[in-house]
Amino acid sequence: MSAVPAQGYLILALILFCIGLFGALTKRNTIIVLISIELMLNAVNLNLVAFSKYGIHPNITGQVFSLFSITIAAAEAAVGIAILLALYRNRRSVQINEMDTLKH
Amino acid sequence: MISFAWLIPLFPLISFMVLILSGKKLKNASGYLAILLTGISFLLTIGVLLDLRTITEFEVIWPWLTVGEIEFQAGALINPLNGLMLFVVSFVSLLIHIYSLGYMGEDDRKSSYFAYLSLFTFAMLGLVMSPNLLQFYMFWELVGLGSFLLIGFYLYKESAKKAARKAFIMTRIGDAGLLIGLILLFWQTKTLSFLEIFQAIEQQKLAPGMITLIAILLFIGAVGKSGQFPLHTWLPDAMEGPTPVSALIHAATMVAAGVYLVAATYPLFLASEWALIIVSVIGAFTAIFAATIGLVQDDLKRVLAYSTVSQLGYMMLALGAGGYVAGVFHLTTHAFFKALLFLAAGSVIFALKNQHIKQIAGSGKHLAVTKWTFLIGTLAISGFPLLSGSFSKEAIFAALLEDGQYGLLAVALFTAFLTSVYMFRLYFLVFHGKGEDKPERTVPLCMNGPMVILAVFAVIAGFFGSQLADWLAGGQGSFAVLHHSPTWLIFLATLVSLGGIVLAYYIYLRKQINQEEWKETFSSTYTILYNKYFIDEFYENTILYSTRAISYLIFYIEKYVVETAMAFVSGTIKAIGTRGSRLQTGQVQTYGTVALLGLAAIVLFFVVKGGYM
Repeated sequence: MSAVPAQGYLILALILFCIGLFGALTKRNTIIVLISIELMLNAVNLNLVAFSKYGIHPNITGQVFSLFSITIAAAEAAVGIAILLALYRNRRSVQINEMDTLKH
Repeated sequence: MISFAWLIPLFPLISFMVLILSGKKLKNASGYLAILLTGISFLLTIGVLLDLRTITEFEVIWPWLTVGEIEFQAGALINPLNGLMLFVVSFVSLLIHIYSLGYMGEDDRKSSYFAYLSLFTFAMLGLVMSPNLLQFYMFWELVGLGSFLLIGFYLYKESAKKAARKAFIMTRIGDAGLLIGLILLFWQTKTLSFLEIFQAIEQQKLAPGMITLIAILLFIGAVGKSGQFPLHTWLPDAMEGPTPVSALIHAATMVAAGVYLVAATYPLFLASEWALIIVSVIGAFTAIFAATIGLVQDDLKRVLAYSTVSQLGYMMLALGAGGYVAGVFHLTTHAFFKALLFLAAGSVIFALKNQHIKQIAGSGKHLAVTKWTFLIGTLAISGFPLLSGSFSKEAIFAALLEDGQYGLLAVALFTAFLTSVYMFRLYFLVFHGKGEDKPERTVPLCMNGPMVILAVFAVIAGFFGSQLADWLAGGQGSFAVLHHSPTWLIFLATLVSLGGIVLAYYIYLRKQINQEEWKETFSSTYTILYNKYFIDEFYENTILYSTRAISYLIFYIEKYVVETAMAFVSGTIKAIGTRGSRLQTGQVQTYGTVALLGLAAIVLFFVVKGGYM
């Protein structure tokens, strides 16, 4: 099972990250944007795990760190969705291009 | 008593402060308060005068401001000239305060009136006891302010407001000259104290040319204040103010400030032959020039105003010809009889509510006291023998004769003739004739009283000529000499004065000489005189016109050039701002994209350059 080299994980992580970034920057639905952000986080987790196995000094720290990251991502997703719900109640919309109050 | 002399101006100042702060509450009491405090000043002045018999000069000074090594001082200087001026000012001022009680009795803004009157009295008293030219200049300006406020007292009259502005600006032209003179004097002598300046002149510290220049500049200030040609036009217009004000300010005291300035700095003028010649020539020209205008004016107060201008010219003429005592003497007698004439004119206006002499047409004869006091004043100013005016005028003629100014003497004699003609024209037209209008009100005692007192002074003041000369000589040194005229000159002066009276009698009372015929024969001359030589129009069309042209030019430059440039600058910045604000869309995704592109650019830059540098 050691046939997959480190580059494979890294390229997969890169692709995932780019898809996530593209989604976060272009999608008009806020839920999709949140999902894309999750995707980017997971790409980072994949990187952490890959380096923890194939890095210059392989150790367990990377995997522990990715566990923390997943936990925080869950909390963040919960808060994000909660904000989104509040927003939806106020505005009856989840379209991100309508949320331009930063301008004012 | 003399050591308290500096208190004299303070009482009118207190009166001014109290009246301006709480005059509305005091109402009728305001007049009495002002009279009381001015009266205290007058009593103090009498006390100072009594002391002056033994002490010839008294100076009290305090340091006021120290700049580097130079110390400016404030204080009081009492010498015979200042003492005399103090007496004239406080005495006439007190009488006019009393007179105003009747004249302004029904005015709503009586308390402001008395406040301004007190301010003026304070300033004038301060002026005549200044020990140095700096303090003198400050009071000089305060006097101008008092005059401005009082000329424009009838706020609702457009003409009064205009006259007040005109007076302020015209005298300011003179003041500019005075200020430049002061600065030059200070630059040359490092002091502004009268006594130290005289010492510097005595020690010949100043170049003769510089003395002439300074003297002429000081004289320009006097020209503005004393209504001499060519800055005389404000004085007749100043008659828009209440009549007691005309009597106090524009006849007896403030306009005499210019003459006083020349008298107070007389050693400076004596040191320069040219300055004296200019003073006497301007004086003589003003005297005859104003007298001719006075011949044809129809407004009671305007005739008196031109007569004032003319008499002030006399004083300047006397000073310029070396007649120091004669000039000061005429100033004193003039203060009494001209104040008297104005107060009597005020009574006529008060009772008849009319000041056009041809419309009055003799109605003044119903006012007995006014008629007789006005007659005394008229006789005095015309130089009728044994009244005050004849003595002081003779002194002026004698000074001119002594100085060898025969041309100016002829002018002065002819002016004396004109003076009696126009003054008796005024008298006959106002107090003799049909007299159909009955007075609307009777003149109260508080108005008649001051007139009678002034009439007494107008009669007797002339007898003190030689005493005055001795008195002034005590403090002022060698130039205070009263010139005595030879018998033929006294005879000639009397003849000229009586000739004028007789001529006026035949024209205006007996009407044996038809004035209308004259008017037609010399119609162009009449028009010129009636319109005061078109001096106002001349100023309007030259100085005012060019000033307005320049103002309009600058106005349009401001409006079009400056404001366009401003609009361009602010417009550019606004445009940049508008463009910039469009970048702020509030779209998080756009911001994210831009951040990403920026990051990519930095990374690319590092890759290409291979590091920070």
